[in-house]
Amino acid sequence: MTTIQHISTGRRIKDRVVQGLVYLAFALAVVPLISVLWLVISNGLERFDLEFLTHSMNGIGARDAHGGAYHAIIGTLEQVLLASLISVPIGLLTAIYLVEYGNGGRLSRSISFFVDVMTGVPSVVAGLFVFAFWILFLGFQFSGWAGALALSILMMPTVVRSAEEMLRLVPGDLREASYALGVPKWRTIVKVVLPTAFTGIVTGVMLAVARVAGETAPLLMTVFFTNSINNDPFNGPQMGLPLFVFDQAARPNDTAIDRAWTGALTLILIVMLLNLVARLIAWWRSPARGR
Amino acid sequence: MSKQIQVSGLDAYYGSHKAIEDVSMTIEPRSITAFIGPSGCGKSTFLRTLNRMHEVIPGARVEGKVLLDGEDLYAPTIEPVSVRRMIGMVFQRPNPFPTMSIYENVAAGLRLNRGRISRSELDGIVEESLKGANLWNEVKDRLNKPGAGLSGGQQQRLCIARAIAVQPEVLLMDEPCSALDPISTLAIEDLMAKLKDKYTIVIVTHNMQQAARVSDRTAFFNLAAQGQPGKVIEMDETSRMFTNPTQKATEDYITGRFG
Repeated sequence: MTTIQHISTGRRIKDRVVQGLVYLAFALAVVPLISVLWLVISNGLERFDLEFLTHSMNGIGARDAHGGAYHAIIGTLEQVLLASLISVPIGLLTAIYLVEYGNGGRLSRSISFFVDVMTGVPSVVAGLFVFAFWILFLGFQFSGWAGALALSILMMPTVVRSAEEMLRLVPGDLREASYALGVPKWRTIVKVVLPTAFTGIVTGVMLAVARVAGETAPLLMTVFFTNSINNDPFNGPQMGLPLFVFDQAARPNDTAIDRAWTGALTLILIVMLLNLVARLIAWWRSPARGR
Repeated sequence: MSKQIQVSGLDAYYGSHKAIEDVSMTIEPRSITAFIGPSGCGKSTFLRTLNRMHEVIPGARVEGKVLLDGEDLYAPTIEPVSVRRMIGMVFQRPNPFPTMSIYENVAAGLRLNRGRISRSELDGIVEESLKGANLWNEVKDRLNKPGAGLSGGQQQRLCIARAIAVQPEVLLMDEPCSALDPISTLAIEDLMAKLKDKYTIVIVTHNMQQAARVSDRTAFFNLAAQGQPGKVIEMDETSRMFTNPTQKATEDYITGRFG
């Protein structure tokens, strides 16, 4: 016969030890995050002023204190926007095919496989590919658009994977409910499945954006460098914030190093801001809000 | 409205597995027909063949004939989507669209099918359907709140309202009360009794009392052994099925000796 027992000392100790380990692991994970943020904020805040946000590096010597990253901010925003415009529709349609139409057939399995392979492509390879194909082979010049092409290669698998997962989370019940009302499959996908998965898809897209916004290597070979403002992503070299940081940090002067820190801070803020906007959109569209 | 269904020699498969074999029956208009039988005997599968929902599952197919007032639903030229528009369905678990309000849920079938429709006409149909589902008084002040915020029983009635909003000829109900409490169940049974004036209703149920209470005719499904296809053992007036069944298996099942 079993009796009600008290918790033994051994178990109590084990519980404490494991609890301690979990807290320790959490602290270890947070330390680098906090220290990176702290470093970037404390070093970057000095030059984070209106001039930095509104001026380019045109005519500013390496030793001069002034100058800013306006050209790089414009470049990054345009390149990421273009990359999203390419990769989100393709990625979303791929995910819809995989979930709604693929049925685990040979085509969908091979697409799945290649998406996995694409996830593992190093960013420099994406840059090299666009450089070799778009610039050397087809003979176009360096441009923000070429950079966006390279970034879209990196974004696509992330968008496909996250959208696929979100679409799979939509209960089959809802699809059947829609079919049973005599709604065709494509309208069911557009009007029932996608809106249900909308919040998750937006989050996934934002993760992909955050991932590519900080890429330096592919931009080096596609966007090239410039110190002046180029608003046209389709003509001539542009700048990007990662490139700006890379460029300034490589110079020996404190003034340039300061600009690099501020550039890094700006990049973090932009990604955070985009995330916030996406959250707002998701919140605004979410069913739980009660309207 | 309300049409007769005649099924003859119907087999349904999942891949190579035959789930039901050689089912033939007539389902009368303006009446409630109940399907009873042990789990896994193919009642739900058969129900889903009646509005061509069975073939939505990958690898599933159907052989045989289903005539709706003489027209074969499985004729090669028939558009399955239009069949489902005419034969509505209510599922075991309430499944309102989570992104839509109560109003939008009821309007979903019309909006998604017909596209443009005037607001006043839509308002009328939504009110009519919610009244038809005995839900209007409970939700008329919060039509713009999410449908998922209702209780289970209310959600199920919302799903019924959604199904009748497209004005089908037939209403198929797959264990509509199995996830509900007795009071909600009673509400839905009352509703079925009211709806049978206008629709042909087919209900799958595990609850024998429910079949006895609400249905006019009952079909008993059974299978010879696990893995064998399900068959219709007996079909008759409900009163006769429950008092004087001709088959031994029916009697055993109804009296609770197996199943």
